[in-house]
Amino acid sequence: MQGKNGKSKGSQSRGASSRALPKAPTGIQGLDEVTGGGFPQGRPTLVCGSAGAGKTLLAMEFLVRGSTQYNEPGVFMAFEESAEDLTKNVRSLGFDLDELIQQKKLAIDFVQIDRNEIDETGDYDLEGLFIRLAAAIDGIGAKRVVLDTIENLFAGLQNEGILRGELRRLFRWLKDRGVSAIITAERGEGALTRHGLEEYVSDCVILLDHRVVDQISTRRLRVVKYRGTAHGTNEYPFLIDEDGFSVLPVTSLGLQHHVSEERISSGIPRLDTMLGGDGFYRGSTVLISGTAGTGKTSLSAHFVDAACRRGERCLYFSFEESPGQLIRNMKSIGLNLEPWVKKDLLRFHSSRATLYGLEMHLAIIHKIVQEFQPQVVVLDPVGSLIQAGNRRDAHVMLIRLIDFLKSRAITAFLTNLTGGGDAVEKTDVEISSIVDSWLFVRDIELGGERNRALYVLKSRGMAHSNQLREFLLTDHGVDLLDVYVGPEGVLTGSSRISQESRENASALARRQETERRHRERMRKRQALEARIEALRKEFEAEEDEASTLISEEASQEELITEGMEAMARSRQADEVQDSNGSRKRKGKYEKVGPR
Amino acid sequence: MKKSAQDNPDKPLSLKEFAETGADPGEVWQLRLYVAGQTPRSVAAFANLKRICEDNLAGRYNIEVVDLVKHPQLAAGDQILAIPTLVRKLPQPLRKIVGDLRDTERALVGLQLRNGSEKPA
Repeated sequence: MQGKNGKSKGSQSRGASSRALPKAPTGIQGLDEVTGGGFPQGRPTLVCGSAGAGKTLLAMEFLVRGSTQYNEPGVFMAFEESAEDLTKNVRSLGFDLDELIQQKKLAIDFVQIDRNEIDETGDYDLEGLFIRLAAAIDGIGAKRVVLDTIENLFAGLQNEGILRGELRRLFRWLKDRGVSAIITAERGEGALTRHGLEEYVSDCVILLDHRVVDQISTRRLRVVKYRGTAHGTNEYPFLIDEDGFSVLPVTSLGLQHHVSEERISSGIPRLDTMLGGDGFYRGSTVLISGTAGTGKTSLSAHFVDAACRRGERCLYFSFEESPGQLIRNMKSIGLNLEPWVKKDLLRFHSSRATLYGLEMHLAIIHKIVQEFQPQVVVLDPVGSLIQAGNRRDAHVMLIRLIDFLKSRAITAFLTNLTGGGDAVEKTDVEISSIVDSWLFVRDIELGGERNRALYVLKSRGMAHSNQLREFLLTDHGVDLLDVYVGPEGVLTGSSRISQESRENASALARRQETERRHRERMRKRQALEARIEALRKEFEAEEDEASTLISEEASQEELITEGMEAMARSRQADEVQDSNGSRKRKGKYEKVGPR
Repeated sequence: MKKSAQDNPDKPLSLKEFAETGADPGEVWQLRLYVAGQTPRSVAAFANLKRICEDNLAGRYNIEVVDLVKHPQLAAGDQILAIPTLVRKLPQPLRKIVGDLRDTERALVGLQLRNGSEKPA
């Protein structure tokens, strides 16, 4: 009746599949993404799974959402539960079936088969079922039909040959009527369904799985087959909570989130400096990993405190401490978070990681985030979530969670405990590749004490410090100090202090030595100068004496010359012609120079 | 079964006879046959039922034929799926026999007009 071209509004808005098979949107969060728009319109879909896998709920939600969101009334033919039981069961999901039935948006027909009161003789068919179904469909103009669980017919009726023939006819009939149908079936041994219904319903097969690993249950959904459409082939975890069914496809989020340029403070000025001066990017994911007792929670509390001071809402998921304990402990480092809680800027959600499975955790986080609309979310510590699932699941869940938070521009602050024996940069859940900023707090054991050191391992998109900082928890909060880096390596705590005083002492000694040398030099210089002076004095004295001698000699010689001339004059000696023409008196005594 | 009671009314009933006697032998049987239109199977079922009743319950039965094509809303009341279905409304308890009743023995067993163990091989 609906016809192949009778597309609902809902499926048109889910563009991607508009040219392909017409689809009936389920309205179930995530499932429409996985199936590319919903279940095939006007065709039956087989939903199989073991007992308690959520088949009935999925089917019921398909009808309820169809009638409330897409204006497609639905018929629920129940082979297992009475209408009263069904109504009661789904009320916990927030569906009021009574009201929908009153508004003629939903019809429930309970088909009871009691083998004890039925005998079979001769030929029969299931026309009665067809007539009931047709009456119900026509009664409200239904576009959707659920048969839950039609396999119960096999328990009530003996002639399997007739039954199979009639089922084949039923599915063809449903197709002819153009209703989008869900047929639920119990999972069989080594087959999808116990009675091989997948043989008849070949357009779309959904498998629900409910696994319990380590006493913690996880629900998963897989599209086994979807003829004529591209679909996600993974196993997607899903949840059933008070808002109904939700499938959480990793791929649905993609990496399309809006990126912010805004920077927000870490609450510790020196840490902001280490992060290029302004702190983290808004909407980024920050991971703090470190060994036990290194102050991861304190760093988180600082961040939360700073955010609350800016008037932002913070959501703190604590998997190890109760809110009261956290508040008390943070008071000891001078952080009073209580006023923020009172102002409803800060909300704590404490639960043991092992309390539920990962999916439930994710669902709860989703829910509270959607309700509280925080700007900052803290998960302390994420590693404990591994206890609630295995490593892989935890990894996948965290990716989904981070994507979810990023898509909402929520800054996520995760802490993670690193085991002492592990490699320093190893995170339990290998989330390091999906976080934007990664701070590492470690303790440095030296000189009989443990001290904390913090460094920025990575911080995407900012020039961050490569320095190690000593990290102190004081009664006025976290303090970052330079560590002593010297020939003996990195020193912290008392070692740093003693090293500093050693440094001071040796510096003093060096200074004194220098001064001493300086003084000595001065003294040497003075001595030298004194000697130079003495020598000069001696020299001057000698010079003096020499010149006295010379002048004495000259005057003596003059006297002698005068004497000889006087003698020659008196003896009347002849004059001697000199070679240069000057006349000289040649005498016995040649003039001699000074000695 | 009833014959033995009629033949010798003073003789106490054995447990087996008591079980087979069922309700008040004088009670009128209320039978309802659900069909969907005048299909050959429906017609055959009605003919078979008529025959069985005449043979075993002459004058003590009342057959009501419900055509679900005309009255689809009646199907839910008796939880009818298969067509044809014969419902024994009275005597209690309610019994249903699915099929065209061509196997008279099985039909008699189903209506509790005959014990299953007496059925010929």
